[in-house]
Amino acid sequence: MNNVSPRSIYIHIPFCSHKCHYCDFTAYVVGGQPVDEYLDALEREMAWTVAEIPPEEIETIFIGGGTPTVLDVKQMERLLTAIRRYFPFWSDEIEYTIEANPGTTEKEKLEVMLAGGINRISFGAQTFRPDLLANIGRVHSVSDIGRSVETARAVGIHNISLDLMFGLPKQTVADMEEAIREGVALAPEHFSVYSLKVEEGTVFHAKLLQGKLPLPSEEDELMMYQLTRERLQAAGYSQYEISNFARPGKESKHNSTYWKNNPYYGLGAGAHGYARGVRHVNVKGVGEYIRRCEKGRPIAETLDVTRMEAMENEMILGLRLEEGVHEGRFRERFDVALAVVFGDVLATLEKKDLLQKEMGRWSLTEKGLLFGNDVFSAFLGEGVDHVVGR
Amino acid sequence: MNEKNRQQERQQEKIRNFSIIAHIDHGKSTLADRILEHTGALSDREMQDQFLDSMDLERERGITIKLQSVRLPYKAKDGQDYILNLIDTPGHVDFTYEVSRSLAACEGALLVVDAAQGVEAQTMANVYLALDNDLEILPVINKIDLPSADPERVRQEIEDLIGLDASEAVLASAKSGIGIEEILEQVVTQVPAPAGDSTAPLKAMIYDSLYDAYKGVITYIRVVDGSIKKGQKVRMMATGKEFEVTEVGVFAPRPMAREELAVGEVGFMVASIKNVKDTRVGDTITDANRPAEEPLAGYRRINPMVFCGMYPVDSSDYDDLREALEKLELNDSSLRYEPETSGALGFGFRCGFLGLLHMEIIQERIEREYNIPLITTAPSVVYNVYKTDGEVISIENPTHMPPSQQVEYVEEPYVKASIMVPNDFVGTVMELCQSKRGEYVDMRYLDANRVNIVYQLPLAEIVYDFFDQLKSGTKGYASFDYEMIGYKTSKLVKMDILLNGEPVDALSFIVHHDKAYYRGRLFVEKLKELIPRQMFEVPIQATIGNKVVARETIRAQRKNVLAKCYGGDISRKRKLLEKQKEGKKRMKAVGNVEVPQEAFMAVLQMDDSKK
Repeated sequence: MNNVSPRSIYIHIPFCSHKCHYCDFTAYVVGGQPVDEYLDALEREMAWTVAEIPPEEIETIFIGGGTPTVLDVKQMERLLTAIRRYFPFWSDEIEYTIEANPGTTEKEKLEVMLAGGINRISFGAQTFRPDLLANIGRVHSVSDIGRSVETARAVGIHNISLDLMFGLPKQTVADMEEAIREGVALAPEHFSVYSLKVEEGTVFHAKLLQGKLPLPSEEDELMMYQLTRERLQAAGYSQYEISNFARPGKESKHNSTYWKNNPYYGLGAGAHGYARGVRHVNVKGVGEYIRRCEKGRPIAETLDVTRMEAMENEMILGLRLEEGVHEGRFRERFDVALAVVFGDVLATLEKKDLLQKEMGRWSLTEKGLLFGNDVFSAFLGEGVDHVVGR
Repeated sequence: MNEKNRQQERQQEKIRNFSIIAHIDHGKSTLADRILEHTGALSDREMQDQFLDSMDLERERGITIKLQSVRLPYKAKDGQDYILNLIDTPGHVDFTYEVSRSLAACEGALLVVDAAQGVEAQTMANVYLALDNDLEILPVINKIDLPSADPERVRQEIEDLIGLDASEAVLASAKSGIGIEEILEQVVTQVPAPAGDSTAPLKAMIYDSLYDAYKGVITYIRVVDGSIKKGQKVRMMATGKEFEVTEVGVFAPRPMAREELAVGEVGFMVASIKNVKDTRVGDTITDANRPAEEPLAGYRRINPMVFCGMYPVDSSDYDDLREALEKLELNDSSLRYEPETSGALGFGFRCGFLGLLHMEIIQERIEREYNIPLITTAPSVVYNVYKTDGEVISIENPTHMPPSQQVEYVEEPYVKASIMVPNDFVGTVMELCQSKRGEYVDMRYLDANRVNIVYQLPLAEIVYDFFDQLKSGTKGYASFDYEMIGYKTSKLVKMDILLNGEPVDALSFIVHHDKAYYRGRLFVEKLKELIPRQMFEVPIQATIGNKVVARETIRAQRKNVLAKCYGGDISRKRKLLEKQKEGKKRMKAVGNVEVPQEAFMAVLQMDDSKK
């Protein structure tokens, strides 16, 4: 596994038209930013990277941000051309996603995207109430959402995902119900539904500290989550991961790469990658990123993933999926039985009704779905490796 | 008298044994440093601030736990060479007995009083100990260079409150090195040379001892009569144990072996002693072949006053914990421990201490030096329980209190507490003492501003949160000292705590009947605050006998899951998960409830004043 090249690529575009109140990603408001120089640097990083880790057939590409769609038509075209130049071998089934904010995808840009190979758009709708959108610092309007989805389809991009959020300040269970109804009415292929997590260094964190962030109660938040699950499943979207729902066959292949603990290229400022048993993270600052790419890969930190860590990650990530962790796949990958490594932990969690085993695969129970952190943390430092000469 | 004896006598006349007594923070350690510096006992290179406080913990807390002594050569203004022995005293009420023994090793004491703060309760307590030992007391008014210094007022205070002649009190600033020479001259001229008969049978008093891995117990002694030398066979008069002396010496200030320690001298003795318990503080060492008839006065067997359970957080650390206690015990004759089992906490030890500070020090050393995470139960005092069947039992662990129908009555230890406060706080202090079941004894105006209030208080109340409340109630102005006065009958009951319907023995405590409901309610509220929410609802009940006196419920946690987790996040998410797991490690699973360490000490955190 350590010698295969990644078949997935993540590319980070750290610019936004505006920074949202909950965002702690690497993202810079685009005005005055050296976007073209950044794209130059990104090309150089691709060159340095493929020189080190030659590309194989690529199965998924994900351009995220920030807001990649703040790139103008020319910049977009240039980016997509570069990606194709450095990663020329594509699977017929490639899933090629770009993140977009509603209202940032005019027809001309969509046509460039389609021509560049993009076949999936993930729209950050978040919610369907104007005042809630304004509260979280989003600049798009409710009507932008539907219009953007429609335009994308008209151009020929038929795989659409919508991001929704719950647990927003002042959001009620009824608001969430409404958001789902509106979302489902647009008939996207996929939903990602996240609860708001207030991270340090965000506008929301500051407000929280001042006691000025009227978050819904835990009880309401739980109701929003359960409601989401029920309504989306009823509408034909199955929950294939803790926060993700899809029409059959439309599960995100790219994100599944992560959850299946498979390798991927990570390119761009602040991007993470995982290849040949090493995880890395790039420098965050745009200026620094551009400078560093002159001389090589702009890596800030690397981490050799130990065998045990890899096994833990296999669990922490894999159990997020509805299909869970397959005993057979685990053995194939690590050459040791899952029961040997984590037998005690699995038994304890099963007894607590947090995990279940069915047909050789372990997965979260209904209860485990709500207490994922207790499940995941249980694996840390608890593995027993019986392989000689590891 | 032969030549040797005459020489001995001349030497004896040149010895001055003294210690420094002071309230905490009044500058004792700094003064000791300056004296060491001035006499050249330490070169500048060796000079380490506050030499006498040698443990890290001591230096951090600014208190002295282990005693030290230093031999200082001093050429006085009269042109003669003197040997000054400075013997340190511990600075806390827990160690009063040790203070009294180290003072007994001296003929004089410097009484250091802060020029701004004046006389404090602890100062008074130590002065009385010094007077009990017939010491010559030399007042030193320290920190005279502080802007708020008022040496004249303090001089007056020393005369009025303590009854000492302070007309010759040295005005000093240890920090700036002012008055050091004058202090040393006073030691030479005012402190008497040791009396003692060099030809009488050996009598040496043990004032401290410490365990050394190579030499065994090193005993700190003051030779009162006769002399002690290498090869001599000696007997400990209290324990009857005999040993052969392998080494004697002095601290100069590093240990330095000598042929013998003569009458009046202070130093150390090594005799292949394996256990500090054989060298009890206050005991008399005599010659086994020519024993003294009577031991020195003042020896007392000291018993632990405060007990608590100590349990390893991780039960696999049990053996390590026992080893740590064994090692600490080597150096601490007043530490006691024995194995105990708790239904909630598993295998651990019940440990006895001189007081709360002593307890905290041991806990901290185990966690820091031996790296064993501990769960400590709330401290308890020793109760005497008179049962209806005539049996009398002493209880160190609240869990062992028999059911109320078997109890005739219970006695608890009382102390006499002296509290010195500025006028404005008299009401506050009396109210506090009253709320702690105190019995008023006496009140005396020391001057227009300050009052000494004396109360009898149950030791158990002091063990709770008396100190903290006294400090906060008087904005830190109160000073406090206490001594044991014996046992008194009290109406006490045992409070049991149930978590999720299961009694948790380690949370039981003994409380006065009249306060039981109130404390029970406070305690369950505190537990509710401390115990994190679990996946299920957890009722907390406080019961006396079978009667529930207070109840709270910890609501169930509804969910705990990271919504997003993509590849790039895994390192960060792992950190979050690790933190969560680390938090859990500091918890003990009691039944199926995860209880954090602090909960077992929660009984100490109940603020009675918030009524």
